[in-house]
Amino acid sequence: MTHSHHLSAEGITLAYRDRAVVEALDIDIAPGKITVIVGANGCGKSTLLRALARLIVPKEGEVLLDGTSLQRQHSKEIARTLGLLPQRPVAPEGIAVADLVGRGRHPHQRMLARWSPRDYDAVAEALAATGVSDLADRPVDELSGGQQQRVWIAMALAQETDILLLDEPTTFLDVAHQVEVLDLLTDLNRERGTTIVMVLHDLNLAARYADELVAIRDGRVHALGTPEEVITQTLVREVFGLDSMVIADPLTGKPLVVPSGRHHVQQLR
Amino acid sequence: MSAATLIAGRRSRMRRRTLLTGGLALAVLAVFVVSLMVGNTFYGFDKVVRVLLGETVPGASFTVGDLRLPRASLALVSGLCFGIAGVTFQTMLRNPLASPDIIGISSGASAAAVIGIVVFSLSETAVSFVALAAALVTAALIYLLANRRGFAGMRLILIGIGVAAMLDSLVSYVLSRAASWDLQMAMQWLTGSVNGATWGGVAPVAIAAAVLIPVLLVNERYLDVLRLGDDSASALGVRVQSTRVLLIVSAVALLAFATAASGPIAFVAFMAGPIAARIVGPGASLALPSGLIGALLVLVADLVGQFAFDNRYPVGVITGVLGAPYLVYLLIRSNRSGGSI
Repeated sequence: MTHSHHLSAEGITLAYRDRAVVEALDIDIAPGKITVIVGANGCGKSTLLRALARLIVPKEGEVLLDGTSLQRQHSKEIARTLGLLPQRPVAPEGIAVADLVGRGRHPHQRMLARWSPRDYDAVAEALAATGVSDLADRPVDELSGGQQQRVWIAMALAQETDILLLDEPTTFLDVAHQVEVLDLLTDLNRERGTTIVMVLHDLNLAARYADELVAIRDGRVHALGTPEEVITQTLVREVFGLDSMVIADPLTGKPLVVPSGRHHVQQLR
Repeated sequence: MSAATLIAGRRSRMRRRTLLTGGLALAVLAVFVVSLMVGNTFYGFDKVVRVLLGETVPGASFTVGDLRLPRASLALVSGLCFGIAGVTFQTMLRNPLASPDIIGISSGASAAAVIGIVVFSLSETAVSFVALAAALVTAALIYLLANRRGFAGMRLILIGIGVAAMLDSLVSYVLSRAASWDLQMAMQWLTGSVNGATWGGVAPVAIAAAVLIPVLLVNERYLDVLRLGDDSASALGVRVQSTRVLLIVSAVALLAFATAASGPIAFVAFMAGPIAARIVGPGASLALPSGLIGALLVLVADLVGQFAFDNRYPVGVITGVLGAPYLVYLLIRSNRSGGSI
């Protein structure tokens, strides 16, 4: 797959009513890479992601997809290039997994048309890629949290977009499922070349899975680069207000943040 | 998993839904015919069919063709409209309590009609149009109040229940000052009745149904996507605000025309969707099954109201008796599970 599609924002100011959450922010999403946005609670990182997904219209500036403002493109057209998994999607009661995943085909379907062979193939591929093929005929609300999250990712995959935005895809999952979901997204990035942009809470998982890390503080890009460049003791203090030690992860060599806290810390030898 | 097994699974779900919907349609047809047959005088199936085919059958032509047929048609069409309008609201707001008769839209129509009758002594046609306009205005008002700082379904329901209470007390006040000859006509606007239906009364709602039901059925695909939440729906390329406004306006108009013709037959809009969800499975495409359930409810309740007791009761009384306990059950259940349709 070619990384033909390019998402960026120029000087965007995002506000809820009069309160500006993000101010004059520029960002250029690297095509074909995994970009992870991190920051403290309330710093504007989810708001930024929502603006990139056209759920919020910037007060100033523009979000550009392939050089054209999202506001000037047809919503269904954008939906064939740019997918989003929101933080709390809602599954209709009793809907079967395959039918929910099939909703991802909406931007590819015409008003009254039935499912095309391409629709079935895309849904089957998405179910297989996320390992939920066996659940296809089960109601979504009977599945575990980890399985449900995979079904939602399958829906986003069935949309077949070059760019996929995810708002905290690991929330509500235990640590094993968190790793599983992030591995799955990495597979997707490596095998299909999908550009992935996600907000993550866990700095260490962010450092491990990101090609590009964006640290947001007070609605501005505070630091941007590879995890090795971005994650330092100073940055963790500035962005999160946390004293810590940054060491190399023994498994991956990526930076690993070990928080200090007030208790349990032993004297360093 | 291959596309083939996927196709098989989906086909079997679709086939099941189609069969059940077809079964419902047959049941509606059967009750419709029965309601043409029974009455003070019983007419056999053959006579009823001959009347329907336009033959002149002594005795039967007038009773069946001019009395029972408009009544049964009104019950059928109103039930269809109530069912589809109700389930559209419930699905869109992801809450079975969000039916237009719970959130004040029917109350808006009733209040306007009662004021029109009692205070301004309007003609029957004028009352219908006033009720229609009032339903649309009430819906717009509730929507605007709920839409401040972003749309939230639960807020809309609570505001709607508040508006309904206000309008109902207004109705009580007006009724307490009404002359006795206005009371009977006003009462029809409160309980709902298909008694004394004429073709002139059936025509507007039938036309509205012929126009608006297809609009809602065609847009059901968008409704299905809206059910995933506003964010997901936008991400899938649905223009959330304009789609929602189109669906609301169509559903409200459908409801308002039906209310103008038969009064707000209690709880039909509210009950039809959840019953349909239980029968055909809640996955998707509830509009048509809900409409059929609505029609079935009104037709059966009207038969029961006419013939099951010594007194004759308007259809709204019967559906009210059925619906009220269901409302209580739903409130208890949704309190426990935060349930959705």
